[in-house]
Amino acid sequence: MTDPLIKLHDIRRTFHVGEISVHVLRGISLEIERGGYVALTGSSGSGKTTLMNLLGCLDRPTSGEYWLDGVEVSKMSSDARAMIRNKKIGFVFQNFNLLPRTTALEQVMMPLSYTNVGLSDREAKKRAVELLRMVGLGERMDHRPSQLSGGQQQRVAIARALINQPPVLFADEPTGNLDSHTTVEILEMFDRLNRQEGITIVLVTHDPNVAGHARRNIRMRDGLIEEDTVRKAAVPEPEKAQVGA
Amino acid sequence: MTIRKTLSTAVRALRRNITRSALTVLGIVIGIAAVIAMMEIGKGSSGSIAKTIASMGANNLLIFPGTAATGGVSFGGGSSLTLTAEDCDAILRECPAVAAAAPIVRARPQIIYQDKNWVPTFVYGSTPAYLEVRDWTQLAEGDIFTDADVRNASRVCVVGQTLVRELFGGENPVGKEIRVKNVAFTVVGVLAPKGANAFGMDQDDILLAPWTTIKYRVSGSSSGSSTASTSTTASSTTGNSADTTYPGAPSVFPAQSSTQSADAPMPVKFANVDQVIMSARSGTQIQPAIREVTSLLRERHRLRPGEPDDFSIRDMTESANALASTTNMMTNLLLAVALISLVVGGVGIMNIMLVSVTERTREIGLRMAVGARSRDILRQFLTEATLLCLVGGLLGLALGRGAAVMVQRFLKWPVESSVEAIVASIVVSAVVGIVFGFYPAWKASRLDPIEALRYE
Repeated sequence: MTDPLIKLHDIRRTFHVGEISVHVLRGISLEIERGGYVALTGSSGSGKTTLMNLLGCLDRPTSGEYWLDGVEVSKMSSDARAMIRNKKIGFVFQNFNLLPRTTALEQVMMPLSYTNVGLSDREAKKRAVELLRMVGLGERMDHRPSQLSGGQQQRVAIARALINQPPVLFADEPTGNLDSHTTVEILEMFDRLNRQEGITIVLVTHDPNVAGHARRNIRMRDGLIEEDTVRKAAVPEPEKAQVGA
Repeated sequence: MTIRKTLSTAVRALRRNITRSALTVLGIVIGIAAVIAMMEIGKGSSGSIAKTIASMGANNLLIFPGTAATGGVSFGGGSSLTLTAEDCDAILRECPAVAAAAPIVRARPQIIYQDKNWVPTFVYGSTPAYLEVRDWTQLAEGDIFTDADVRNASRVCVVGQTLVRELFGGENPVGKEIRVKNVAFTVVGVLAPKGANAFGMDQDDILLAPWTTIKYRVSGSSSGSSTASTSTTASSTTGNSADTTYPGAPSVFPAQSSTQSADAPMPVKFANVDQVIMSARSGTQIQPAIREVTSLLRERHRLRPGEPDDFSIRDMTESANALASTTNMMTNLLLAVALISLVVGGVGIMNIMLVSVTERTREIGLRMAVGARSRDILRQFLTEATLLCLVGGLLGLALGRGAAVMVQRFLKWPVESSVEAIVASIVVSAVVGIVFGFYPAWKASRLDPIEALRYE
């Protein structure tokens, strides 16, 4: 394998609360190869959300180096990081974070309005429609969040995350608000995106079943990586449910 | 992000909470409508006040002929015979700042009607334009004499209310015959009452007749015969004559060659008038009118540069100042009212936008997470605020115009539409949007995406 998609070197993050310094990340070095499927686990306060924010370029480390797709991003200005988030990163959140009273199609097209290389309206729409079909919502493009179930909302969010064809998708507890049946649906979609589209997926979860879908598990504890295990086809891949195909 | 995209995003965001947007817009609508209605009603009132003051003679100008002096002895103002009725016509023709002008010939004869007699304060020979200058065109009875009467030196006159009381005992004098210095005049009209002027002189104590009649039949100050027809004898000799008083009249004498006229100069019959009264188009046109008339009269009177004017122009400085200060005060008052209501509207906008920013913290966080830079967020919220204000401004404009028209129709108040007020209110509402939208927008753009995403 050539250069990894994500490379962290001795990342530290310290928060200052009043006069107390809280060392949340205490020297993390990590490489995630292209096409990887990584689950980030750990108890509350282990620093996994902070690490996720750093990986997602929402935050900057106090010290350390972070290469994303061959670019050192830890010293970038907030505008430059916004560009990186737009082009190279897709986010999926626990609470979906859809815009209220906005149709699914508009939700999916929204990140394109912050992209510099302007797609024509027709191209943008075409791409959004394709993505919505892919996540199995071809019939519900003009539905608003209030008219969609939780699983459907999360699928809209996934389509939105993919609109700029990013190499990596970060998901923060993507199934935390979903029932077990819908959880399976969403996870199968992640599996398929990883396998068929070659998108690198990094997800944060508490649920061992969810973590079981990933090929690599990273467990954190007190701001350090406690365990990093790679499993070869730990979960038998169910070929039966091709969601939205 | 292109402007079009920004706009459509803003429109979509505003449509998403249509009730709140509508209520915000309502604040601006009422503000702008109040401004427009106030401006139009106020301008109408101030216009009618200015008109009232003007009718008191504030924008009148008087031209008197200059001073004659012989051997160092001055004969006082108005003693030279330089001002003519033609000067008056030329002023009206060539000075755009002058609205109306009339020549005046004064006399102070005794008036007799049956067994009564009276000496009016003012016996003026003039033209129908005199009433225009004095803003006195409304007659109580009958009609003003005509320009033809002026040309023909007809023995007709118009009398003021005081004469009606003193000579006619209150009965309608139209059609009655009075004698002015033994010349019989027919009364053709009665002026509306005007009362005393600023110095307590009774302005209704007036008899108005064609200036030709007063000059040639009553005053008799002209040389030769008492009839005006003799003035044709001087028709070809000098421009300073009454030749245009009888346009198209055939000359009774064969035309003279230049040698003949040089050898035997005809006696010149001056058609000079005692003064010319004129009105400037508005209070601000008084100074331009004075400049224009001065240069025109200097040219007509063939005065060399450096030579003193052979006439003098007087304005009503005191009344004119009152006019100017009233107009100023009204304008300032309106401005103050407009500013206050706009500030109130602007604070309303800021309030709503701040609420909106708080309410949409999560949305802002999301937009930042998918790649919006702070300036994109700033621009979006500014655009929303400005859009709200512009829409509110346009609606307010329509509402304000409507209110002004209603006031005019049903309350009969004077209303004057003003283009400046319309342009200003649109510009101001946009500026209000930007100024009062900036703080909330800036606040939104400074949000930390992680905090914003976690906001509940």
